[in-house]
Amino acid sequence: MENAIELRHVTKTFGPVIANQDVSLTLRWGEILALLGENGSGKTTLMNILSGIYYPDEGEILVRGESCSIRSPKDAFDLGIGMIHQHFKLVDVLTCMENIVLGLPGKQRLSRKKLSQEIREISARYGLEVDPEKKVYDMSVSEKQTVEILKVLYRGANILILDEPTAVLTPQEIDRLFAILRRMKEDGKAVIIITHKLNEVMAISDRVTVLRRGHAVGTVETAEMDVPTLTEMIVGRSVSLEIHRSPVKDPEDRLRVVNLTCLGSEGHKVLDDVSFTLRSGEILGVAGVAGSGQRELCEAIAGLYDVAGGAILYKNHVDGVEVSENLVGKTPREIIKKGISMAFVPEDRLGMGLVGGLDMVENMMLKNYGEHPGPLVDRKAPAAQAESLIEKLDIVTPGIHTPVRMLSGGNVQKVLLGREIDSAPAILISAYPVRGLDINSTYTIYNLLNEQKEKGVAVLFIGEDLDVLLELSDRILVLCGGRVSGVVDARMATKEQLGLMMVHVAGEGADHEAE
Amino acid sequence: MKQNNHHHNQPLVRMVKRTDLTRGKSILIRVLALLAAFVTGGLLIALLGKNPVAVYGQMVTGALMTPAALRETIRIAIPLLITSLGVALAFKMKFWNIGAEGQICLGAIAATYFALFYADKIPQPFLFLVMFLAGAVFGGLWGLIPAYFKAKFNTNETLFTLMMNYVAVYIIQYLREGPWINPANTGFPQIARFDTAARLPKVFGVHIGWIVALVLVGVMYFYLNRTKQGYEISVVGESQPTAKYAGMNVGRIIMRTMFLSGALCGIAGMLQVTGADHTLVETVAGGVGFTAITVAWLGNLNPVAMLVTTFLFSILDKGSNSIQTVFAISNAAAEVLTGIILFFMLGCEFFIRYRLVWRRKEHRDHE
Repeated sequence: MENAIELRHVTKTFGPVIANQDVSLTLRWGEILALLGENGSGKTTLMNILSGIYYPDEGEILVRGESCSIRSPKDAFDLGIGMIHQHFKLVDVLTCMENIVLGLPGKQRLSRKKLSQEIREISARYGLEVDPEKKVYDMSVSEKQTVEILKVLYRGANILILDEPTAVLTPQEIDRLFAILRRMKEDGKAVIIITHKLNEVMAISDRVTVLRRGHAVGTVETAEMDVPTLTEMIVGRSVSLEIHRSPVKDPEDRLRVVNLTCLGSEGHKVLDDVSFTLRSGEILGVAGVAGSGQRELCEAIAGLYDVAGGAILYKNHVDGVEVSENLVGKTPREIIKKGISMAFVPEDRLGMGLVGGLDMVENMMLKNYGEHPGPLVDRKAPAAQAESLIEKLDIVTPGIHTPVRMLSGGNVQKVLLGREIDSAPAILISAYPVRGLDINSTYTIYNLLNEQKEKGVAVLFIGEDLDVLLELSDRILVLCGGRVSGVVDARMATKEQLGLMMVHVAGEGADHEAE
Repeated sequence: MKQNNHHHNQPLVRMVKRTDLTRGKSILIRVLALLAAFVTGGLLIALLGKNPVAVYGQMVTGALMTPAALRETIRIAIPLLITSLGVALAFKMKFWNIGAEGQICLGAIAATYFALFYADKIPQPFLFLVMFLAGAVFGGLWGLIPAYFKAKFNTNETLFTLMMNYVAVYIIQYLREGPWINPANTGFPQIARFDTAARLPKVFGVHIGWIVALVLVGVMYFYLNRTKQGYEISVVGESQPTAKYAGMNVGRIIMRTMFLSGALCGIAGMLQVTGADHTLVETVAGGVGFTAITVAWLGNLNPVAMLVTTFLFSILDKGSNSIQTVFAISNAAAEVLTGIILFFMLGCEFFIRYRLVWRRKEHRDHE
């Protein structure tokens, strides 16, 4: 049988940057092909070429064995290629159904009933669960993704490209997505999935194509592969995948959160009676389904979220004198001055810790520009700091005056954590620090966190990947719907145990503070 | 398959983002755009039965070549430049201040109050100082009102500032027909002309507002790039959550910046009444508050670049006035001509950011 897609010697450049060079790739019908590579290896560019967003400089594209030219997303649709982007392209105020038919050619009048029927048929066939009448703004991330998938299926796509579809999903949602992909495969459709998570690649794909620095370095059968070999292909050399964990030295209570309660915009409790202790020289992991109150917890500690009840008690020794204070009601600036450092990275990475349009120097001085006396800013000290960070952390950037938005995800993350660490914090809050990062950068970040722990910093690590939480943390706090369902010893706990705690809070009065 | 459509068929033309444009090349593109504008505008002039070369010549002569014309051009540039600096300050913070018209009016009103009632009571240098401060403070307060509501209740500043323009114009109308009416004037109600003591002195034939404007360009450049407050503005403009995270008091920064933005516009209004108009009329702002928005963006919110764009705008403005009188070209046609030139100048920014790639012949042979 002919191949669904065949790329022959495709090259794409952006000015002096070569995104893809001489890349050849085949996608067969009825298979799931995983596309792997580090950040900036050209995966997304390649897929954007297939979906008509970019046009290649050189090379040939064959769809169903015929050479063709994909000049626009519409051409891609006509060829039956559907792309599900990392960032959803949906209209919030419209329903699922309206989003699906939006922009389709055809009659002016559509029968809602018929349409709804068709959507339900497709949904049933692939196991997609979504209410066609639900508005997008009411949907969870996973539901929005389902709408995106429905959209391309409804338009008759039989070649699907998914760009990092699992980055924002919970373990259960990922399982559901994979079930859907397997049904598509059985149905004879061809699927390309871009991801960073190797265990997912092993679980779902039939074959793997690896890109490195814009070149296709090889295509292999997944069944004949294991994770270390794949890693070696991606990085170009062998990498140890073990996360180092040093023993906890002289722990002291640094932060005591007592009965902390916060309200959301609609008056419901986003944090409900949360209590835990964070100690110096340890990494306290925080596990939980997305939206269980992680963000609010971080922001409440940093003074960015209104506290409805409870206390956040900070303890430290400053020049031999014991300091003990309640942080609730203090301004963010006062909290920064106490050495509580939050490297908070929400979904869009640049989000809160860095200013994308400003350069590294201006980002270095973000939190301490006020300390320089007088009305003028001092750029010399932060420039020196930027230079030293570039050297110390191997940050790849054209220079200290390049806007940080232009840097790759791993480098952005290094800039952020590097700055926070340079301020010699007493407490370091790090949320999703490795989200979307490639293997090399991920391990650099883990090492940075470990270094801080060994220096006696109290580290609060909000994570997503349970395997990593179990390997890196000393203890793990599990949140469920804004409540603490328990604190476990990471050296003893299992993934299954965490998974259960994430969806279920143990009975009242249960041992919250299991050591 | 749609073979005929797709096979052998590269898009005729596609856009590619430029990353490596040299300075010389970008200047070349702008020069070419200006030439294209002249050709297109020339067609319009020819249609009107005039000689395009003569008309263009008159635009330049009428704006630059005689001392009187040059002085007039500079007089047009003064309020435009200061107002552009004012709105740029707010835009840098992503606060869409389109209320510069109103802020100019309020600055003009405050200055006029002192010009009308204190011209003979305060010694001249102090009078100007008082008028200057009054103009800045009232323009600033007019800008502070929408900023306060934005900071406290997150109201939409675009609508708010726009609406306050109308309020300001009607205040002038009320003053003209009521409390400040000139009893000596029997015809149409008017506000009295200023006492000579309340008229700004001239340097090189243009009121000293031009010196103020140039000083303000320098001050703004320094303020934005060297001070902590300037730094705070760029952080708030990029991301308010980040500014809060960094410990900045975002509400206070918004209010402070909008006060300064309004104050600059107020200064423009003050200079206009005491330097150019010598009385207060409803059209004291005369669209400057809106033109300033284009100037600020064309100058990339950079004060020095805005100095250049302001001067070009003023040449266009004065030049088009001049061809109306010399060639009896109607006001509307002159404005169409200005519009054509602006269209090309703004449009060429696209070619500075993108490159067009045309379908290549060799490529087809490959396939």
